[in-house]
Amino acid sequence: MSELNRNPLIDWLLRLYVLASFAFIFAPIAASFVFSLNEDRFPSLPLGGFSTQWYEAVATDPLVWEGLSNTLTIGVIVSLVATALGFGAAYTDYRYRFFGKTVYLALALLPPTIPVIILGLAMLAFLSRVGLSGQSLSVIVAHVVMTAPFAMAIIRLRLSQMDPDLEAAAWNLGASEWAAMRHVILPFARPAILAALFITMAVSFDEFAVAWFVSGLNETLPVRVLGFLQGQVSPRINAIGTFVFLTSMTLVILAQLVLMRRPKEGNPDG
Amino acid sequence: MSDQANTVPGPSNMPVAVWGRTRRPAKGFSLYGATFSLPLLVWQLLFFVAPLLFLIALSFWSVRNFRLQPDLDVASWLYVYRSGLFWETYLRTLAMAGFAAMLASALAFPCAYAIAFKLAEASRRWAIFLMVIPFFTSYLVRVYSWQVFLSDHGIINAALGSIGLGPYTMLNTLFGTMIGYLTLTFPLVVLLQLFSLMFVDRTLIEAAHNMGAGRLRAVFAVVIPSARVGLVIAALFCFILTFGDFVSPLYLGGGNPPTLSIMITDTTKSGQQWPRAAVIALTMIATLLATAFAAVGYAYRGRGR
Repeated sequence: MSELNRNPLIDWLLRLYVLASFAFIFAPIAASFVFSLNEDRFPSLPLGGFSTQWYEAVATDPLVWEGLSNTLTIGVIVSLVATALGFGAAYTDYRYRFFGKTVYLALALLPPTIPVIILGLAMLAFLSRVGLSGQSLSVIVAHVVMTAPFAMAIIRLRLSQMDPDLEAAAWNLGASEWAAMRHVILPFARPAILAALFITMAVSFDEFAVAWFVSGLNETLPVRVLGFLQGQVSPRINAIGTFVFLTSMTLVILAQLVLMRRPKEGNPDG
Repeated sequence: MSDQANTVPGPSNMPVAVWGRTRRPAKGFSLYGATFSLPLLVWQLLFFVAPLLFLIALSFWSVRNFRLQPDLDVASWLYVYRSGLFWETYLRTLAMAGFAAMLASALAFPCAYAIAFKLAEASRRWAIFLMVIPFFTSYLVRVYSWQVFLSDHGIINAALGSIGLGPYTMLNTLFGTMIGYLTLTFPLVVLLQLFSLMFVDRTLIEAAHNMGAGRLRAVFAVVIPSARVGLVIAALFCFILTFGDFVSPLYLGGGNPPTLSIMITDTTKSGQQWPRAAVIALTMIATLLATAFAAVGYAYRGRGR
């Protein structure tokens, strides 16, 4: 790139701005980590001594363990169902043209744009009518509605990178539709399917609001966090928060790594 | 490699290869196609569309002695729409989300611009990699963490105090709410702007420079118009997310005066007034849809040039 009037000063200022942006984004995550290991009751500067007491307090709270196991169970089921539904929708969009496809796609992609509080309100009202409220099942149902669009988008992007003649070639060679799906489409989409599993699990893991509304009794971990928030300030939330951050960051990083890995390029940077 | 399929005689296979579609499965309904397309359709109809439709019905129900009853009563609509507090809250929420959209767009643009034009390919990929992470990490916990920064004895005031400034009240103010809104939307706005900036034709920018345009002039006359769709969509997403958010206005803004989302939770908690909450929710959905259509229309207006 050979731009004429490049000003090194402005270039450096812009780069500094990018660094400042990342500082803003990661400051709360870093603070949560630092103060989870700080002995002070009320987190501030200067830092107090190093302590793992908040982790111990959290680890001995049976409610936290119950919340954690609920969160994980729900997260795994949600990610499996949402990814399966999202894959079906992505493949439908990739292969078929039909009347009303716009409506179909709108249904597949719109849920994340509806505020969670409204979705939660509508679902609680609706699910309690059909006798599903207050159960883990209702949380799973709600989370799948919200996460399937992410799975669909990720897998659709991957399918759009595929040569459209590949599937037709498999048919020409005598493969049935099912065989072509199993030997051509699924292997090609596998990285995106894995990424979708990770991402939907991360979203389910973070999504407290709907769970909070929809499920009265079965608390997931984020709901537990909300409970802490409404109560008094406690550094225990930093310990839980750090755990939540690490889990979802791991999932998102895994998803990105899976998607970035290209067989031809050998090893990508990093 | 030695499949039966491969032993089909070459010559007779030629037309098939040329036309390619001879063996394409029949169009129309098929069990195969339905297996993939129907599950999501059924799921979203049952658990997304039906609840939202039920919300419409619910808004006409009545509440007697703290009990919900199916009804065709417009009382809730009249109550909400005649309430001065509702319209005040509505306008405030609208203004806050609109301001957040402008603020996030303005603050994100230099960042997206720098990542798109000033970073090398490898660092740009890293920047995108890092920007995606916060979008999927707990917003609630990040907002809680901001309380530690913004409170009267928090990190920022402690730092400012050491050089003799402050303390400033930042928690439970509009400033706090905006910090929360930016936490929610800033990475997404940067990403959406970035994806449109990456597709701006660089020869256009060089042409502008060659014709003597300064840096800022090139940005405003070439870059921003070329990336308009992405910039508008980014602002729209920021508006949508902040308009319905209740975490930041509650935990960083103090919840008073309320936004519409806080009003919804308050309404459901006090006296089982679910129909009124449904009215507020439906009004919010209508507002979001109208904004989305207007913004998308504006983004694509006159693009055929």
